[in-house]
Amino acid sequence: MIHRVGALFAVTLFALIFIRLAGGYTERSALRPLAEHYVLQAPLELGVSNIVTGILIAYRGFDTLGEVAVLFMVAASVGLLLRKDEADLGEAKAPQRRPASEIVMTGSRVLLPVILTFGAYVIVNGHLSAGGGFQGGAIVASGVMLLLLADPAARLNAAALSMIESLAGMLYVGMGILGLILAGGFLDPRFLPLGEAGTLISAGAIPLVSALLGIKVGAELSVIINRFRS
Amino acid sequence: MATILPVSSILLITGFGLVLIGLCGILIHRHLLRIIIGFTLFGTGLHIVIVATGYVTGGTAPIIDRALGPAEAGRAIDPIPSALVVTAIVIGFAVTAIMLAYAVRLHSARKTFDIGAFTESKW
Repeated sequence: MIHRVGALFAVTLFALIFIRLAGGYTERSALRPLAEHYVLQAPLELGVSNIVTGILIAYRGFDTLGEVAVLFMVAASVGLLLRKDEADLGEAKAPQRRPASEIVMTGSRVLLPVILTFGAYVIVNGHLSAGGGFQGGAIVASGVMLLLLADPAARLNAAALSMIESLAGMLYVGMGILGLILAGGFLDPRFLPLGEAGTLISAGAIPLVSALLGIKVGAELSVIINRFRS
Repeated sequence: MATILPVSSILLITGFGLVLIGLCGILIHRHLLRIIIGFTLFGTGLHIVIVATGYVTGGTAPIIDRALGPAEAGRAIDPIPSALVVTAIVIGFAVTAIMLAYAVRLHSARKTFDIGAFTESKW
């Protein structure tokens, strides 16, 4: 009882803070100077139409690299936490499951290519419209999730996925170093020609980096999802 | 359409509401998975709050295309919070994955998800 009262007291205090914050907030009517710089300069400097992608991959590219490293560490530590003990393997034989019904199997077979295609579209479209590597990678991983839910006996080739993921990561760092040598600095995507803004092949190396990010995130999330399957 | 509240205020209230629901879940429930759900609600609410602070009155998505020419780019919303939230969502996913892995580990040790069963490991 006392525990509950204490919890409610803490929540009430937070609610008071939030009410003050939300009540005192006035909506902006103009952009902040930094945001204005990004919005006005990103299409000229980088040739991207989607400014959020420009910020993620070019201006804050180093952050994105760090984030990808965090994802990598999470995949590794989830593997460490959920590793099967040798003793478990013998006694805990997987219980016999009924195979999935016709509807589930056919549905997943029809939907999976559509989901993967949509993920690829979102990945390569990142510099033109809403989308990008992370979002598309998450969509690809959701397709893998569907596959594993529909058919729990399906085997993912985890070794190949890890290999693809490491390769994409190394290529990403390689792109960063190319930017250091050929353009303004580490992860500067302007070492390829900017092209005409608004076309698929434009914005320097941003589509390439976006594709690498998408491959890496998709493979990484698939590995993590695969690890959680008992 | 005339709204009583500006859009960003509606989003702020929704986000803070989700944060409070998440906090309630974390503090009141004893089941590990419900606590993890509370954490994800907390995170989602904060994401909504961060995006809401980037809204500019009458602004549109920061994508230069037919709807928003390069000359009138000042009409876009602030893209920085959106970019930060993309990062935050991925990190939130990573944290949730780690929490779930620990929950699975704890469950295999004690065969229960009740947080009251894990008392001795305070050192």
